[in-house]
Amino acid sequence: MTSSTENIDLHAVKTALRKEHNSILLRQIMSNRSLVIGFVIIAFLILVALFGPLVIAHDPNAMNVLNRFAPPSATHWFGTDNLGRDVLSRVIYGARISMGIGVAVAIVASLAGLIVGVYSSYYTRLDHLLMRISDGIMAFPGLLLALALMAALGGRASNVVLAVSIVATPYIARVVRSEALALKEQTFVEATRALGASDTRIIWRHIAPNTLSSLIVQATFIFAEAIIVEAALSFLGAGIPPPAPSWGNILSDGKTYIYKAWWMTFFPGMTITIAIIGLNLFGDGLRDLLDPHSSKTKN
Amino acid sequence: MKTYLLKRLLSAIPVLFIVSTIVFLILQMTPGDPALVILGQEATLEEVEDLRQQLKLDRPIYEQYFNWLFNALQGDLGESYFMNDSVMEAIISHLGPTISLGILAEIIAITLAIPLGILAARRKGTMTDQSVMAFSLLGMSIPNFLLSLFLILVFSVFWRLLPVAGYKPLSAGLWEHLKYLLLPAFALGTAHAALIARMTRSAMLEVLNANYIKTARAKGVKEKWVIYKHALRNAFLPILTVIGQSFLGLMGGTAIVETIFAIPGIGQLIVNGVMRRDYAVVQGAVLYVTFAFVFINLAIDMLYGIVNPQVRLDSKK
Repeated sequence: MTSSTENIDLHAVKTALRKEHNSILLRQIMSNRSLVIGFVIIAFLILVALFGPLVIAHDPNAMNVLNRFAPPSATHWFGTDNLGRDVLSRVIYGARISMGIGVAVAIVASLAGLIVGVYSSYYTRLDHLLMRISDGIMAFPGLLLALALMAALGGRASNVVLAVSIVATPYIARVVRSEALALKEQTFVEATRALGASDTRIIWRHIAPNTLSSLIVQATFIFAEAIIVEAALSFLGAGIPPPAPSWGNILSDGKTYIYKAWWMTFFPGMTITIAIIGLNLFGDGLRDLLDPHSSKTKN
Repeated sequence: MKTYLLKRLLSAIPVLFIVSTIVFLILQMTPGDPALVILGQEATLEEVEDLRQQLKLDRPIYEQYFNWLFNALQGDLGESYFMNDSVMEAIISHLGPTISLGILAEIIAITLAIPLGILAARRKGTMTDQSVMAFSLLGMSIPNFLLSLFLILVFSVFWRLLPVAGYKPLSAGLWEHLKYLLLPAFALGTAHAALIARMTRSAMLEVLNANYIKTARAKGVKEKWVIYKHALRNAFLPILTVIGQSFLGLMGGTAIVETIFAIPGIGQLIVNGVMRRDYAVVQGAVLYVTFAFVFINLAIDMLYGIVNPQVRLDSKK
């Protein structure tokens, strides 16, 4: 009887604690301005990328030579380009391509970085090899390496993801590794080892999950960086082949006609800037929330 | 100091070795026969075969690699068949504009960022501080090629104050030279200014609370002296590190900014090399840039000791 009362009490206490914890977390999230503003911007852009193409009135590739270089108006909010295509529709479709590449790079680089990071923290010899290679990759200016890789791989969306992921992986691996090195020395890891757990189990059940908060923060910044690098590559003609409306391609067309049609540069440019600001704010906010220590040292 | 320098130099060797291997391998992955690319589709099989032999493309990959590495170590980075020139000559002839652009961009970044960072730190929590931080966020968020386009729109298209693109060497006169470099340097420097301003702010915040600053103020030292002589000098190490790191971004940025503004620098040389599949030029120039970066970082490390005598590199351990 007593034990069941204790059980009930314990359950009630647990629920109350969880509620308390959730409400504290919610308050922390809501009071974190960067996180909220960043989230709203990113959520809006993702919704536009997902559902925008379903509601827009113009086909992004439909040419209309009679309506070339039309300035912004009620029918064409962002104006039309050199082939009479609606710039707004192209920017919305571009969101799908450019943000899609950003997400894909963030996922690929995070997975690769996680694997490299945790294994190099665990095996010293492997660490020497992997870290020297990542030193080598990080010694390159990122855009130049991506450019050289694209020259070798050829202009395709999947190759852009591959090239930018290769450039980004060491940055994630470094963060994961330093986190994992500290975790490796923790008592709970030693205890698990003493209980006879295998290396793979220790790495994937105990070390890797604890590095996730830093990894997620870093992945947000990689997402932003990937959008920039994709835009730069496409702008230089080494990324997504035209006429696909990636943000870089739209800007590349815009540059040619910058004297004639400022809107071809201005609107896609502003969209990219807003996306990057959103991601940077979101990343900063997330770091404050998940990794308060680093944000304290930062300020 | 000497031991430290030697250690740093030696530690750069594996990095440079890996960098050169990566550069070599990437361009080996490139589809298509470079001999065919150089000669064009109309070339006969014999001509292609002759050029392959001449370029030693018929040798095994490891032999090609060691040949290339051995020559590179002696400063011979190969020949560019598109430019009819050696790669080293091509790099040297494209170096001037990039150095001018880089220096001007750093000057703009530092003169903007350090006063702004100090101002933000001194007025922490006020509107001024928030404005500086907002500027910094904006500066870090606008990719430099976008900023280039926005600057062209405002200063060249709307106001017609500065040229859209082009380059004049210093010999054409200082103003002529600067006129073409101002916009690209500003586009390149802004992101670094944002980063340096942030670092200056946080480094100054830490230092301004130190006891020796309180002592200096209590002694009645003028505020200007307190800030610049006592605080900034001690806060300068992390700032210097960020300035050093920003060089890498700067070199990456030059590729795109030089292409937009049609500046005949190293960045444009690499982009054109990629477009034309000029293997030797891309390999050589990327290698050169990376080497330069590693050595610039080394030089910055050595500056630490000069800026802040507390850091005695040779007495460390």
